[in-house]
Amino acid sequence: MSEQSAAGTSGRPAGRLLEVDDLRVEFRTRDGVAKVINGVTYHVDAGETLAVLGESGSGKSVTAQTIMGILDTPPGFVTGGQVRFHGKDMLRMSNEERRRIRGEGIAMIFQDALSALNPVFTVGFQIAEQFRVRRGMGRSEAKKRAIEMLDQVKIPNAKGRFNNYPHQFSGGMRQRAMIAMSLALDPEVLIADEPTTALDVTVQAQIMDLLAELQRERQMGLILITHDLGVVADVADRIAVMYAGRIVEEANVYDLYAKPAHPYTLGLLNSIPRLDEKGQELRTIKGLPPNLMNIPPGCPFNPRCPMAQPVCREKVPPLLQIGAGRASACHFAEELVNRD
Amino acid sequence: MSDPTAASIVSTPPAERPTEVGAPTNAGLPENARKEKPRGLLGDAWRDLRRKPLFWISAAFIVLFLLMAAFPWLFTNGDAVNGSLSRSRVEPSANGWFGYDVQGRDVYARVIYGARASIVVAVVSVFGTLLIGGTMGIIAGYRGGWVDALLSRIADVFFGLPFVLGAIVILTTFNGSGTSNSKWEIMALVSLSLMVLGWPVVMRLMRSSVLATKEADYIVAARALGAGTGRIILKHLLPNCLAPLLVYGTIMVGSFIGAEATLSFLGVGLKTPVVSWGIMISEAQNYIRVSPFLLFFPAAFLVTAVLSFVMLGEAVREALDPKLR
Amino acid sequence: MGRYLLRRLLQLIPVFIGTTFLIYWLVWSVPGDPFAGKCGERPCPDSYVNMMTEKFKLDEPLWVQYGNYMQNLFQGDFGQTWSGRPIGDIIATAYPNTLKLAVVALAIEAVIGLAAGVLTGLRRNGFLDNLVLVSTLFMIALPVFVIGFVLQWVLGVQWHIIKPTVSSEMRISELIVPGFVLGSASMAYIARVARTSIAENRRADYVRTAIAKGLPMRRVVGVHLLRNSLIPVVTLLGTDLGALMGGAIVTEGIFGINGIGRQVFRAIVTKESATVVSIVVVLVLVYLLMNLLVDLLYAALDPRIRYE
Repeated sequence: MSEQSAAGTSGRPAGRLLEVDDLRVEFRTRDGVAKVINGVTYHVDAGETLAVLGESGSGKSVTAQTIMGILDTPPGFVTGGQVRFHGKDMLRMSNEERRRIRGEGIAMIFQDALSALNPVFTVGFQIAEQFRVRRGMGRSEAKKRAIEMLDQVKIPNAKGRFNNYPHQFSGGMRQRAMIAMSLALDPEVLIADEPTTALDVTVQAQIMDLLAELQRERQMGLILITHDLGVVADVADRIAVMYAGRIVEEANVYDLYAKPAHPYTLGLLNSIPRLDEKGQELRTIKGLPPNLMNIPPGCPFNPRCPMAQPVCREKVPPLLQIGAGRASACHFAEELVNRD
Repeated sequence: MSDPTAASIVSTPPAERPTEVGAPTNAGLPENARKEKPRGLLGDAWRDLRRKPLFWISAAFIVLFLLMAAFPWLFTNGDAVNGSLSRSRVEPSANGWFGYDVQGRDVYARVIYGARASIVVAVVSVFGTLLIGGTMGIIAGYRGGWVDALLSRIADVFFGLPFVLGAIVILTTFNGSGTSNSKWEIMALVSLSLMVLGWPVVMRLMRSSVLATKEADYIVAARALGAGTGRIILKHLLPNCLAPLLVYGTIMVGSFIGAEATLSFLGVGLKTPVVSWGIMISEAQNYIRVSPFLLFFPAAFLVTAVLSFVMLGEAVREALDPKLR
Repeated sequence: MGRYLLRRLLQLIPVFIGTTFLIYWLVWSVPGDPFAGKCGERPCPDSYVNMMTEKFKLDEPLWVQYGNYMQNLFQGDFGQTWSGRPIGDIIATAYPNTLKLAVVALAIEAVIGLAAGVLTGLRRNGFLDNLVLVSTLFMIALPVFVIGFVLQWVLGVQWHIIKPTVSSEMRISELIVPGFVLGSASMAYIARVARTSIAENRRADYVRTAIAKGLPMRRVVGVHLLRNSLIPVVTLLGTDLGALMGGAIVTEGIFGINGIGRQVFRAIVTKESATVVSIVVVLVLVYLLMNLLVDLLYAALDPRIRYE
C-alpha cells in the first residue's frame, strides 16, 4: 500500500516489478483485423494493488493474457510494446524462460473457476501437481503442501476436500481453490481476472477480502481486472481505466472517485445506482463501445462523449500526466479536474 | 489512500455492472464487431460454402452422376446388357474405352448404366430412412413418456442387428436363391433392408434434436398461444431439426451407395440382369489377377460417387457448425 | 451406481429378446426346403423328414421354438446342425478367429486414429491436417471390399509384401493388413473425433490454467488436454468392437479367414438356420454388453457424470 505511487506513463524508475509498456495487440479474424490493445502502459510494484477497469471488450483481459503468455495465437498477435518483469522483456524471452516465470513469478486466477479448473482431476491433484512438477516433490509431500494451501484460503476440512472434483465445490469454494492453486508457488505478481464476477454478491466480498489479506501477507503485486467499480474501491491503490484498448485515465482511488479526469470515468461513476437518488432514472453512458475493427478517428470515446468538441474527432489525445501520480487521455482533462 | 474504508464509503452500494454490454467474456474479441453484420445461419453457411472448392467439385460430380442415372444415353450409345463372347476381356482401347468384360459387354456402357441402379437404390433408401426415422424421432421426442421409451427400445432392437449380417439375413430370406423376383422387386428389397437397418440412427438424431428444441421459448410460446401439435411440429420443430437431418441424409446417400455395392458384391443384393457397380465388381473379382481393369473402372466410379456425397455432406455440416470454423 | 447398473441390465433384456426374436423369425422364415439336397439326388424320404421334424420340433409354432431355443441357450446349449454337430463347436472355432481379427483392427485403429487425431487437432490447417482430413474422407467413403481388394492386390499380388490370404494359424503379423482394412472406416472416425475433441478442448479455460501454472507443454497436452479429449474417443472404441465383429464378414471373405462371417455364409447357403441364429445371437450379446461397458466406463472417465 504505497502512499504515492506515480503513474507509470513517463517516469520509469529501475526496479519496477512488472511493467507493461506501449503494448499493442490485434486479432486477425476472417472479418478483418481488430485492434484490441492500442498502446497500453501500466505497472505494478510489490505490495501494491492496481485495478484495471473497463467494459468487456476494452482489452483488459487481453492485456492480462498477453502478460501471462496465454493469448490465443491466432487470432491474437502482439504487434508492439514490451512486458517487462524485473526489467526484462518477457516478449523476447525463450518459451522455457517464460514458462518458468508462470506460476512462480506471475500467477493468474480466472473469472470462472468451474471452467478454469480441469473437470476430470481432483482439486487436490491440480494444486499438488505444481509442487510435484515445479518443485520436484514426492506425492505425499506435495499432498501435504496442497492441503496447507487449501487451509490458507480458508477452505473448511481441507484434508477431506483434497480428493473432491471441481464440480463438487460451491462457486465460492471453487474460487478459493483457484486462488490456492495460483498462490502455490508463491508468485510475486498475481493477476486476478474478474475473480468475483461469477459469484453471488455475498461471496464476492469474502473472496475480495481473502485476496486483499493474502496480498498484504505476501506483499505481492496484485493486478485486479474488473468492470465493477464497487470491487475496485475497497482494495485498489491505483486504478487504470481502459477504453477501446487504451488506458484513458490512471489515478489513485481517492482522486479518481473525487475528481475523475476523463469523461468516460465520469460516466462510469455516474452510472452507479445510488440510494439517495432512488426513483430516478439510471444515468448510463449512451451508445456502444467502438467497433475495434474500425475505431473512429480522434478520441475513440468521442461518439459517446457528452463533452466532445471538434478537436476530439481529429486528434487522438495522448495519455498525459496531469499532476502527481495521475494521468488522463482527454483533451479537456484539466478543465474536468478543475471544475466544480 | 492507505485507508480502504474511505474508498468503501464512496462505493456503497456495490455497482451492478453499470456498463456491461452482454455477458462478460474472457475471449477479448470485440463483440460489437460481430454484431455489425447480422446474418442468418443459412446465409452464413452459404457464404462459407461458396468459398469451398470441395463443395463445388463434389456438387459437380453429383450433378454428373444424377444425369448419368437419369439419361444414360447422353453418355454412351453402347449396350450395357448384351455382349459378344468374342470380345471377352478385351483390354481398354480407342473402340472400347474401358474395355470389355468376361461376357464381352462394353464396360464403359455398363459403368454408365450402372449409375442408375446404384443411385436410385441409395436415394430411395435414404428417403425411406429419413421418413421412418424422422417420424419416429419426432414422435418419441415430442410425446416423451412411455411412447418415447417404447420407440427407443424398438430402435435399440433394430440397432442391435449388425448391419452387414442383418442385411444378409433379410435379403436371403426374401431374395434368396430360390426366389424369382423382378428387377424392380430386387431393388425394392435391397432398399427396404437398408431402411430397416438404417432408421434407428436417424430416429436418435431426430429425437435428440427435437428434445433440444422442444423447450425453446418460442415453441413454449406457440403452445401457450394455442397452436396445435401438428402446427407446432410442422411450423416450428421441423425447420429447426432439418439441418442436421439433411446433412446426415447427404452423407447417407454416399454410404448407402457403398452398402448396396457391398451387398451386391456378397451376392445377396442386386443381381444380373440389373446393372450396378457392385455387381460389376463382384463379377470382376475372380479375374483380378488377369484383368484388373474390370475391377478398376466400376470401383473408381463407385468411389467417386460415394466420396462426392460424403464430401458434400461434410462441407455443408462444417458450414452449418460455427464451432468448426 | 448399483441401481443404475441394475436398471441398465433390466433395459437390456427386452432389447436382447427383441433383437434375437427378430433374427430368429427372419432366419426361420427363409423360404425353401431345408432338406433339399440332403439325401443325394433324390428328394428325402418322408421317414427322414418326419424324423428330423420331430427331432427339431419343426411343427411347433415359431414362438414356441424360439422359447425352447432360448431355454437351451441359457443352459449353454446352442443346439445342433441338421447333421447333429453341436453348434457350440462351430462357434468355439469361428468366434476366436473373428475376435482376434477384430481386436487387431481395434488396436490398429486406436493407435493410428488417435495419433492422427491428436497431431492434427493440435496443429490445424497445416499440411498434415489436410492430409489426414482427405485420407479419412477416403477411408470413410470407400467400401471395405474395395480397400481390401486394393491392398490385397497391391501388397499381396504385386509387391509380395504379404501373403494374399491369412493362414489358419492366424498369426498377428498376418492379421495386420486385414485388421487395417476392417478397421479403416472406424480409424477415420476415431481420427476425426479425436481431432475435433482436441481442437475444441485446446482452447478450453482449464488448458489455459494449466499453461498459466507454468507446466511444461508436454504435460499440458499429455495430461490435461488428452485426458479430457479421450472421453468421446474411448466411447467410440468401446462400441466399435461389436460392430467390427459383425462387419468382419467381408474382410474375412477377402483374406480367407475362417471366422463367423464364413460360417454364417455357409450356414445360410446350406439352410442351417440354427447356426445362423446362434452366431448372430452371440454377436448381439457382445454388442449389447460392450455398450453397457462403455456407459460404465464413461463414469470412470468423467467424474461429472453421476448415475442415479
